Amino acid sequence: MSEHIVSPKVYFTIFAALMVGTGITVWAAFQNFGKFNIVIALGVATIKATLVVLYFMHARYSPHRTQLVIVCAVFWLAIMLGLTLADYDTRPHDMQPGEGRLVQPTPAHFLSV
Amino acid sequence: MHRTGDLYGQFQTLEQQKETAALGMWIFLVTEVLFFGGLFLTYTINRSAYSTAFGIGSNTLDIKLGAGNTVVLIMSSLTMAMAVWSAQVGKKKLVGVFLIATLGLGTVFLGVKGVEYKQKFDHHLIPGRNFDMKYHPTHPMPGDDPKELALEKKEVEEAFAHDPDINAHGQLYFSLYFGMTGLHALHMIIGAGLLVWLIKGSFAGRFTPQYNTPVEVVGLYWHFVDIVWIFLFPLLYLIDRHR
Amino acid sequence: MSDTPNPLPGRQMPHEDYLNASYGIRSWLLTTDHKRIALLYLGSVTFFFFIGGIFATLIRIHLLTPSGALVTPETYNKLFTMHGVAMIFFFLIPSIPAVLGNFLLPLMIGAKDLAFPRINLLSWYLYIIGGCFALYSFSTGGLDTGWTFYTPLSSVYSNSAVTPAVIGIFINGFSSILTGLNFIVTIHTMRAPGMTWFRLPLFAWAQYATSIIFILGTPVIAITLLLVGLERMFHLGFFNPAMGGDPILFQHLFWFYSHPAVYIMVLPAMGVISEIIPTFARRSIFGYSFIAGSSIAIAVIGFLVWAHHMFVTGESTYAALTFSFLSYLVAIPSAVKVFNWTSTLYKGSISWDAPMLYALGFIGLFTIGGLTGLFLACLGLDIHIHDTYFVVAHFHYIMVGGAVMGYVGGLHYWWPKITGKLYPEALSRIAAITLFVGFNLTFFPQFILGYLGMPRRYHSYPPEFQVLNVLSTAGASILALGYLLPMAYLTWSMRYGKVAGQNPWPATGLEWKTDSPPPTENFHVTPEVTWEPYDFKNRPDLGLAAGAPLPAPAHGDD
Repeated sequence: MSEHIVSPKVYFTIFAALMVGTGITVWAAFQNFGKFNIVIALGVATIKATLVVLYFMHARYSPHRTQLVIVCAVFWLAIMLGLTLADYDTRPHDMQPGEGRLVQPTPAHFLSV
Repeated sequence: MHRTGDLYGQFQTLEQQKETAALGMWIFLVTEVLFFGGLFLTYTINRSAYSTAFGIGSNTLDIKLGAGNTVVLIMSSLTMAMAVWSAQVGKKKLVGVFLIATLGLGTVFLGVKGVEYKQKFDHHLIPGRNFDMKYHPTHPMPGDDPKELALEKKEVEEAFAHDPDINAHGQLYFSLYFGMTGLHALHMIIGAGLLVWLIKGSFAGRFTPQYNTPVEVVGLYWHFVDIVWIFLFPLLYLIDRHR
Repeated sequence: MSDTPNPLPGRQMPHEDYLNASYGIRSWLLTTDHKRIALLYLGSVTFFFFIGGIFATLIRIHLLTPSGALVTPETYNKLFTMHGVAMIFFFLIPSIPAVLGNFLLPLMIGAKDLAFPRINLLSWYLYIIGGCFALYSFSTGGLDTGWTFYTPLSSVYSNSAVTPAVIGIFINGFSSILTGLNFIVTIHTMRAPGMTWFRLPLFAWAQYATSIIFILGTPVIAITLLLVGLERMFHLGFFNPAMGGDPILFQHLFWFYSHPAVYIMVLPAMGVISEIIPTFARRSIFGYSFIAGSSIAIAVIGFLVWAHHMFVTGESTYAALTFSFLSYLVAIPSAVKVFNWTSTLYKGSISWDAPMLYALGFIGLFTIGGLTGLFLACLGLDIHIHDTYFVVAHFHYIMVGGAVMGYVGGLHYWWPKITGKLYPEALSRIAAITLFVGFNLTFFPQFILGYLGMPRRYHSYPPEFQVLNVLSTAGASILALGYLLPMAYLTWSMRYGKVAGQNPWPATGLEWKTDSPPPTENFHVTPEVTWEPYDFKNRPDLGLAAGAPLPAPAHGDD
């Protein structure tokens, strides 16, 4: 990809950061931050993933084209998750999945074949 | 297309070949993002619908093994990056050393996963006919901590009261657990195969500062598999630990 | 100006080309030459076209009478399902990219081959393996879930061979993904010197946009069908309401790919049209950068509209409003293309050759198909025409009147380059008109049927709909003739056709500057591009200059 050779010092520093991140994730999971538990968990995971992409995968030193490819992947994933969740989030309460008890279909419920 | 030395016939220069191989792997990783993404979407919808079941399901996972595996995998990413560096600076022997270390750490990861899967089997938590979230709390196994087991029993009973269909919803959690970690493990096995191929090449002295594309490209794949786990770990293991 | 040697004098077959470079079945089954792989695909997709066509024939015969003339209701469900699966996944999606794209892309950009020739061959083998699973499914119980595999019918209740079918489509999906990957990388890194992005032929832009969809969409249906297969095999509950699962989630995941898939099917055809029109109107294309940009725009916006397939199945009203609005937006870049093609025709010097007839047919039929899509995108109207024959007519206008005409037109246009031979012109014009007439007679009545309320996927219908159904079946027989004729004379021309020469039309693309058929390495000398695309006034190397008389297209029956 590029002639830029990343030094082992950088790799070890990023590794240390990833270890710290893992520790924070586990520690935070045992604290009660309420709604923010998931935010912290995903936020730290995103930072860790970004460090891996930028330094271990050399994205920081890659041509712009590669960086555009990475951005597109994340953007498209966001479209898929975002627009689908927008459907679920804007449904009335009784149309949410998980509402009510499970009903087992009885033979009368579907046509005889 | 024929190959002369390291250069394949459809390319004009080694630089073009390297650029092409790297871009090819990045685009493949994009497809993997969307592939796993479908599972993450399924997970998200199901977790928001069945948070109780997902919570107690998650609590049956061994956080020590999960966190340990996370450390192991991130370490393997470090050794993989060091393998690429070794090739880039011409330290041919180190390339093999770091590749073997990566493979070793990956194998440890898979071994631990196997232990975890066996534990789920013993606890009747594999989705199917025998699935029962109540099984483990009422059937202690050797090595279980009685205090923790009592806590688990209380948790499960509370959950059943809150959500009578919890066995069905719990199966959804475990289906996703096995589906996502299973797909991830499959990717690791493929990665292990690629590493074996690279190790063979490194012993033959194939990877030099002029030609180390295969190491670079497999490295990209390996780091991606690591990133998937970086997200899987909190989403599967750390849902409800703070109760 | 170029480094390529002068064309062979007169019209001669080259001494050594990619077809006679080596002989024997191993040289074909183990080839990495993109041109040979394209022909392998040509054979395989034609086979699946026949399979899908046979199912269509049975459907149309069955619908001759209101109570169903031919098969039981259960078998009817299998017929329309297998027709859809065979046509969409094994014919339409691979057709232009894997046949024409594979053959032409390296030639058009001045490369020796694609970026990853061996992966190209792997793509074909994955297609074949996927196809075998599908054929196995068809022949051992068939498939009755609809090509849309809605759950829980497909994952729980259907007694048909769903699992092998989803495995087959899954494997075929990887064939698509690898082709898309190959094309994107090739266009980025393998262009000849001087071939800048804005000198690329519009067919290449279309392939690039299609490949974006391959890469971003196909993995999602892969994981979705994998989940359906797992659900069926291990009695899991992701999409089964009785186990806490959600069928609408399946639909979201399914359509996230399957809507962009329709752009996979039509964008390459639009690329073909963008090549044919300038050549047979002898004019530079109007608005090159807008056509290029609109291809990318269609690919991108096409990913934002998927839930317009779910207006009445349970999504929220706000989601429906959003997706309806976005669906209107996606029509805009398509309209830009239609305006630009039409403007190219204006004051052009038109030749009514077969490729041009197919292209003109495309413009008209795609416009009708596209506009009726807007009818469907309107929420109030969709409530009445969803799941009726209106939808069936809409997508057949685009897929058959659009994509297939683009494919057949493209085959005709590049046939001299692929085989070195010309086909008989008069017969080809008759075939094109036959196809156009047969197509409209088959599918226009279906718009009316749908508007009057005839539901789709029903094995029987009220008697008042019979006349229109009979008209449709009659049209289908003419349509079939329109397909069989080219298969016959194109095959005939391979042996007995007149020699085409390097540039029979003549056209301005780089592919026309090498022999017909091309040598294995495509160009004897790597070309250097110094000209703008579609420049009919300024290409002395092709005998095209301002003021010089335009040569007439060569014909196989001159």
